[in-house]
Amino acid sequence: MAGPRELPSDEVLVQRLRAGDEETFALVLDSWSGGMLRLAMSFVSTKDSAEEAVQDTWLAVIRGIDNFEGRASLKTWVYRILVNTAKARGTKESRTVPFASLLPEEEGPTVDAERFRAPGEQYAGHWVAGQEPRPWHIPEDHVLRGEVRELIAEAIDELPPRLRTVVTLRDVAGYGSEEVCSLLEISPGNQRVLLHRGRALLRRKLESYLFGAQGVAGGRGRA
Amino acid sequence: MNCNDFVELVTEFLDGALSEGDERRFIEHLAECSGCETYLDQFRQTIATTGELTPDGISSDARQHLLSAFRDWQRDA
Repeated sequence: MAGPRELPSDEVLVQRLRAGDEETFALVLDSWSGGMLRLAMSFVSTKDSAEEAVQDTWLAVIRGIDNFEGRASLKTWVYRILVNTAKARGTKESRTVPFASLLPEEEGPTVDAERFRAPGEQYAGHWVAGQEPRPWHIPEDHVLRGEVRELIAEAIDELPPRLRTVVTLRDVAGYGSEEVCSLLEISPGNQRVLLHRGRALLRRKLESYLFGAQGVAGGRGRA
Repeated sequence: MNCNDFVELVTEFLDGALSEGDERRFIEHLAECSGCETYLDQFRQTIATTGELTPDGISSDARQHLLSAFRDWQRDA
């Protein structure tokens, strides 16, 4: 997980930022902007708008660093500013992502029902023979691993915005459940429903990719 | 617990959010069902791969702009 990477402690970071240390600013800027951009994309409609939200956030950080009280981590503080900034932009663009309740399409099974034995059949609810997940092998070769990562990155971009937001925070940025709930003002249960659906979609992409040639994942026997 | 129940509980299981009873049933099922064992394992691998992503950064223009904003703000402070 890409948690806090080789950055100095918050205390050191804040002290250096307040002292005007450019190298430290460049370090946090480069470490966090990518994740922030992805997160901002959940709230606004274009990449340009997301980039502007990220820029506005950093400007607010520069101006507000003296007011940082250390009640949350520095990164959480920065992300919170971003969420507010991006949300405000999204509202203006009429593209809000309210998290209070789940949408109908976000509930229901996350694995194709056809892969399980139908109700009434023997062993109902168990994998249909030939449809159970088969062990896969993620290549260790770094070029191929790069391809797999690229696939996941594209799949994340294609996720519905709310799923993408939660997956980005939990699995790309490495936040825990509590932090995500507090950032997005969402209940732990709903957060988990979105995260689970997002992860299941990503797993499915990987499965199709890794077994593409054999076509198992595409539903053998369904043709 | 059936396989179609199991696959919906994986994230809760990984978060340690299942009730004691559900967790026991989850693990019992896991021990008996190789398909679901594979599913859980693939879920973990998916999460691990997602964690390896290094997201795109902001444009170099934006970066330069922010670095100089930082410099200017400090100078004026």
